[in-house]
Amino acid sequence: MRPRQWIVPAFAGLLGFTAVALCAVYAVSFRGGHGVAAISSIGGPFTLVDDTGAKVTEKTLAGKPYAMYFGYTFCPDVCPTTLLDLSRWIKKLGPDADKLNYVFVTVDPARDTVQTMHAYLSSFDKHIRGYTGTPAEIAQIAKAYRVYYKKIPGENGDYTMDHSAIIYLMGPDDKFVTVIPYQEPDATAIAKLKSLADATPTS
Amino acid sequence: MRTFSKLAFAALLIGLAAPAFAQGASSGSITVEQPWSRATPNGAKTGAVYMTIDNKSGTADTLTAASSDVADKVQVHEMKVENGIMQMREVTGGLAVPAGGSVALKPGGYHVMLIGLKKPLTTGEKFPLTLTFAKAGKISVTVAVQAMGASNAGGAMGGMSNMGGSMGGSMNKDNSGGNMGKMEMK
Repeated sequence: MRPRQWIVPAFAGLLGFTAVALCAVYAVSFRGGHGVAAISSIGGPFTLVDDTGAKVTEKTLAGKPYAMYFGYTFCPDVCPTTLLDLSRWIKKLGPDADKLNYVFVTVDPARDTVQTMHAYLSSFDKHIRGYTGTPAEIAQIAKAYRVYYKKIPGENGDYTMDHSAIIYLMGPDDKFVTVIPYQEPDATAIAKLKSLADATPTS
Repeated sequence: MRTFSKLAFAALLIGLAAPAFAQGASSGSITVEQPWSRATPNGAKTGAVYMTIDNKSGTADTLTAASSDVADKVQVHEMKVENGIMQMREVTGGLAVPAGGSVALKPGGYHVMLIGLKKPLTTGEKFPLTLTFAKAGKISVTVAVQAMGASNAGGAMGGMSNMGGSMGGSMNKDNSGGNMGKMEMK
């Protein structure tokens, strides 16, 4: 009987200690890092093809800051408007425009082929490249960039896509910097892009 | 511009609603004003048509269908951006046009969605669109295609925004129906 009397409180104590320790770890990770971790983990490896059919990865964009926007060509309003806005801002950047990469990633790879993306982007500033891939590859990059997208079925096989309508601005080190939300005024959007261009390493 | 906007407003009052480009039309108590669209990017398969639908009668009506030769299918859609997420849905059951009120179809909200464009829409082009209302029947309008970045029917005309303001003022009092949440009046 003696050992048992000892074991129960010890076990309870151990349990209590573990609980407190777990809480502490949770509290630290929550306060100290959760929000920051979520932001700093935006971005990551991907493998896609660009609108010329060439294979692209995160390394293709390495060394230059970049602006990345997720959308689809069947989108009649927000996507062309955003790409047109971006085209206007790129023009306003002047020579600084070349310090950045600009990427339009489709969330509708089933319809947005390499050819479709290429034709579509010919209507916008030539700096903007289009990326597409397999559904699994698109799912991977969307996950990496914390992009929400969802296929919404309509009638007779038609569908639309819900998707995040923000432009991600990423640093030359592939680290998240900020976003340009939908309908950002020209002045602040250009200021953000300018500031990103200035972050380009001079080497 | 002032003179123009007065003239255009006067034209609206007598139901012509046709500032140079768009060709609106009316049937019974329903008036369709300034139907316009945007030029589409190369290869784009969809486009959107915007307009204001006015209902002068004492009974509500519903836009139930639309058709056009330029696209395989035409539907009424609602678009919105919430928490940074763009959402677009077909308006099921038709788009209500309240009695004595109006509904604005405009960028960022309701639009007539052209699906399966047979060719890109180009700036300056015009094309026919037929709208079907539950009570007023069919109304045919001519849609004027504005530049890709246009934000209203009068992309080329500075006086339009003034006119929109006076229109809004004169119609606001009528918009007290249960559909306010869906109205675009500001």
